[in-house]
Amino acid sequence: MVRKLSRRVYLTVMLIFLYAPILTLVVLSFNASKSRAKWGGFTLKWYKQLFSNEETLNALYTTLLIAFLSALIAVILGTLASIAMNSMKKKPRALLMAITNIPMLNADIVTGISLMLLFIFVNVVFRTRIRLGFTTVLLAHITFNIPYVILSVMPKLRQINKNTYEAALDLGASPIYAFYKVILPEIFPGILSGFLLAFTMSLDDFTITYFTTGPGIETLSTQIYTEVRKGIQPEIYALSTLMFAAVLLLLVFVNRKSAVKEKE
Amino acid sequence: MNNKKRFFAVPYVVWMTAFIIIPLLIVVYYGLTNVDGKFTMENILAMFTPINMKALVYSLLLSFISTVICLLLAYPLAMILRNADLKSSSFIIFIFILPMWMNFLLRTISWQTLLENNGVLNTILSALHLPKQHIINTPYAIVLGMVYNFLPFMVLPIYNTLVKIDDNVINAARDLGANSYQTFSKITWPLSLPGVISGITMVFVPSLTTFVISDLLGGGKVHLIGNVIEQEFKFKYDWNMGSGLSLVLMVFVLISMAFVTKYDKDMEGTNVW
Repeated sequence: MVRKLSRRVYLTVMLIFLYAPILTLVVLSFNASKSRAKWGGFTLKWYKQLFSNEETLNALYTTLLIAFLSALIAVILGTLASIAMNSMKKKPRALLMAITNIPMLNADIVTGISLMLLFIFVNVVFRTRIRLGFTTVLLAHITFNIPYVILSVMPKLRQINKNTYEAALDLGASPIYAFYKVILPEIFPGILSGFLLAFTMSLDDFTITYFTTGPGIETLSTQIYTEVRKGIQPEIYALSTLMFAAVLLLLVFVNRKSAVKEKE
Repeated sequence: MNNKKRFFAVPYVVWMTAFIIIPLLIVVYYGLTNVDGKFTMENILAMFTPINMKALVYSLLLSFISTVICLLLAYPLAMILRNADLKSSSFIIFIFILPMWMNFLLRTISWQTLLENNGVLNTILSALHLPKQHIINTPYAIVLGMVYNFLPFMVLPIYNTLVKIDDNVINAARDLGANSYQTFSKITWPLSLPGVISGITMVFVPSLTTFVISDLLGGGKVHLIGNVIEQEFKFKYDWNMGSGLSLVLMVFVLISMAFVTKYDKDMEGTNVW
């Protein structure tokens, strides 16, 4: 009994620790005072102003576009790579997995710097004129997103019974048809969670974006970083609260749906 | 058929070579040359100047403390989550992925509001007639920021290795007369070790190399090695020096990676999700 209670208490304390800053940001989005330290009464004005704040809306658009494109391309490259790795012998597979782990285990600052130097180096050696900006950030995000896709898809591939695919081939299905009908439905949950994870990671990244971005292009992260010194526009709190609420609702909805399905 | 499937890896291998391996080699190149492209050890040796050395030692100290705190907090949490016998992993995703939809920088900044001298924490403390704590802009705030941001990376690998332990193994130990402590030290702990090692790496490396957390919560007073490297690139534009210092930092990253590969052969710990 005591044990159960202490577990509850510990879990609650940890949840408070994890969510206190988030709750703070939600509260700040309704704060009439522009200062973070003072409560100036309840207001909705930041939510109204958000929709006329072009700078922030632009940053949001860039952030979402990069997150979506990088997750999509990472899913395609990562899924193909997973299928290939799954059919490889142990040694080459271990080598490829080791490469996959580099961006996950390496320091973000080193990954960011190395990509920035790559673009500069290519400009110097090949006399090209790649400018740091949208494309370079996108390339960087795809790179650090691929491992998350592979780590989500690989376990699903391993669970598949190889015989079902071969049975489909024996029964006259073309390899592509057999893939669509047999393999894809099995690994689809992995692909989906890989996509969502990659999207989230891209959305939340600051360090790598910071080193691979250039003038004239802002994501939410880089905009917030420049605003830290001159004071953050409260509209950003409002935007974050809206994004957080949207994802929360989405997750609750998906969970409800799968819970209902299980009952049936 | 399998021969053909292997070619699916070609785009991936090309991509990772171009954007992971070659860039790292370029860092090595810049780190070992000067502005004129001549070989030099200067950029590496720059780490041993008193200022940089102080930053490095301080970073090692703070990231070590953060890693220990994370481990102490995360292990019981992972045990509780494992024993909670969750039907789906959605609860775990709820707790750890959801916060990421509030930007990392904002989450960290909001600790300022919580920790400030007249902030939320101190208001609560004075309401309880407890002494005010001066935390913001001190190393304590940075450690707190590290623990807060990287705790999920400790919990998830440990949780993943713990859920894989068969209940029957634990019950067998109990049946054979082991007490809770013996069951833990002989069964649970050794089996969860790969997750623990992965968790340690995944907290230690980002803590060691961060410049954002020290920037936001240290008030510019605390200079970590990440800040030194960031300055070289973003303000001094000395890419050779920045690369040289990064190479020294990479040594610590490589040591961590070697540990993970040794203890976590199937990479089950890094497969955090």
